[in-house]
Amino acid sequence: MSFVDHFARIERDKLLLALYSCTAADVERALVQPEGNLQSLLALLSPAAEPYIEEMAQRSAALTRQRFGANIGLYLPLYLSNLCANECDYCGFSMSNKLKRKVLNEQELAAEIAIIKSRGFDSILLVSGEHETKVGMDYFQRVLPLVKQQFSYLAMEVQPLEESHYRKLVEQGLDAVMVYQETYQAETYAKHHTRGKKQDFAYRLATPDRVARAGVDKIGLGVLLGLDDWRLDALMMGYHLDYLERHYWRTRFSISLPRLRPCTGGIAPKVHLTDLGLVQMICTFRLFNQQLDISLSTREAPSLRDNLLPLGITQMSAGSSTQPGGYQVPDSQLDQFEISDDRTVEQVITQMRLKGFNPVFKDWESAWIVPKMRV
Amino acid sequence: MLTVAGVEFESRLFTGTGKFSSSQLMLEAINASKSQLVTVSMKRIDLKTGADDLLTPLRQAGVRLLPNTSGARNAKEAIFAAELAREMLGTQWIKLEIHPDPKYLMPDAVETLTAAQILCERGFIVMPYVHADPVLCRRLEDVGCAAVMPLASPIGTNQGLVTEPFIKMIIEQARVPVVIDAGIGAPSHAAHAMELGADAVLVNTAIASSASPIEMALCFRDAVNCGRRAFEAGLGRVQTQAVHTSPLTGFLQQ
Repeated sequence: MSFVDHFARIERDKLLLALYSCTAADVERALVQPEGNLQSLLALLSPAAEPYIEEMAQRSAALTRQRFGANIGLYLPLYLSNLCANECDYCGFSMSNKLKRKVLNEQELAAEIAIIKSRGFDSILLVSGEHETKVGMDYFQRVLPLVKQQFSYLAMEVQPLEESHYRKLVEQGLDAVMVYQETYQAETYAKHHTRGKKQDFAYRLATPDRVARAGVDKIGLGVLLGLDDWRLDALMMGYHLDYLERHYWRTRFSISLPRLRPCTGGIAPKVHLTDLGLVQMICTFRLFNQQLDISLSTREAPSLRDNLLPLGITQMSAGSSTQPGGYQVPDSQLDQFEISDDRTVEQVITQMRLKGFNPVFKDWESAWIVPKMRV
Repeated sequence: MLTVAGVEFESRLFTGTGKFSSSQLMLEAINASKSQLVTVSMKRIDLKTGADDLLTPLRQAGVRLLPNTSGARNAKEAIFAAELAREMLGTQWIKLEIHPDPKYLMPDAVETLTAAQILCERGFIVMPYVHADPVLCRRLEDVGCAAVMPLASPIGTNQGLVTEPFIKMIIEQARVPVVIDAGIGAPSHAAHAMELGADAVLVNTAIASSASPIEMALCFRDAVNCGRRAFEAGLGRVQTQAVHTSPLTGFLQQ
């Protein structure tokens, strides 16, 4: 049993119709009881909720402040490789793209880590293209212990793995797995993923189940906003989140809301998600789920990121590079996508403090959950 | 004066360190509250360097630290966190928190009792965060806990004393201090808990998330003092009907 079975019973066309036929009265009812209520989630994501966005923002900000305080967790992505065995028409790492390919060796990894540590980070997101043979379990098992020695929180955003593989990585210190479905609309998914294992929509969709069963502390969900109707994709992500929370009550969850960005050989977004829409999504998910971590990457522009801070965000990256080895040797030819906020960590923190937020570098100690630990 | 494990506290308001917008504001609020026991989450402390933006100002303020095991999801993790706290902070005191459920952060009674027993045997001063369960509290006392910390309502919710009937039972039966922890959202909640006879309250979210944390800390300080004084003065009995000022049987006294 996985979300795949549950997903098969969701009637997409009915949801789409319901989304676009919501009325103001539906939204007002949704605002009375939004938490954990899928019907409310639908109404708040609908176009009919747009006149209520200020009210939603006020409530979202207050709920976030109460649950998370003034804390914003800071993390940084570390790109291990840009090798990829998939063809995805929106991604700079696609296998047919003519760009220099690189897999960090141990020395290069150590150099990247040293730079990231010198900037104060204690939470790291390891990212790679999806290439099972050259950047697969053997490689992950080699590098994870090296990274874990230096960081108290270790997340990964790599190709979907088997449950047994996740178990092995948890033993080596893996805390979180980000696995973005990109789009929950199978036909659109098929159109954008034209080669490689990533074409298997159902295998990807069942990945969070495998991650949760393996005992990973936190699972990150996400859709790539711009591939298809963002309201419907967000709603289906909400269904996914709801299913996972009900089945894996010990697991924590986060979402990421990446808007499609320009990249080498990449497509233009089919659907443009406005800043207003992004705010609507953030506030809706906060009202739906008070304990959810919501991440904001450097894909967004500095002024927008600063303004989004109070609305529900709990985690941010700052000073990111989206290329393997990029902290040591910046080289835009290797990028996965262009970033929009290129401020230094210090600049981001200064702005954060000016707005009354507390940047948190250390908020976890996975040493507690190492299975080999003796009582 | 409140005594926990042989240590005397003038203040019956315990405070937390999370959710403030800066360490400076946290320190000023704690100072205003006059709190002498402050919880600090072990998961926030940098184990590799020992340096931390929370610890230094707290040590300078001269308050007693109560490290907590927040983040632990079972007894094993909590025990390890307690051992880390003892080693790093040089204190035997530990606020035992085990909540495997990230949604409501409900404490796990089974794991908490297991961990409490082991930690007490190892010489820790254990203050467990628990649901307002009178039987569990007695069992925690039996294994040697220095205090019990039942919740008023779920962590951070500001709902107040939702568990009041059970809190009353716990207070009535307690042989160790009862500290009402979690859910106290207003000074009036704190005052009410103290009027019921709680030995102390622990407040974090209501102060840290306030628009003016220092002012709110002052309010809680006063509310806790007032509530305690009222308890000690002896509150009148609550009745549903009026009591005649000229009793019908007054003549029997004449």
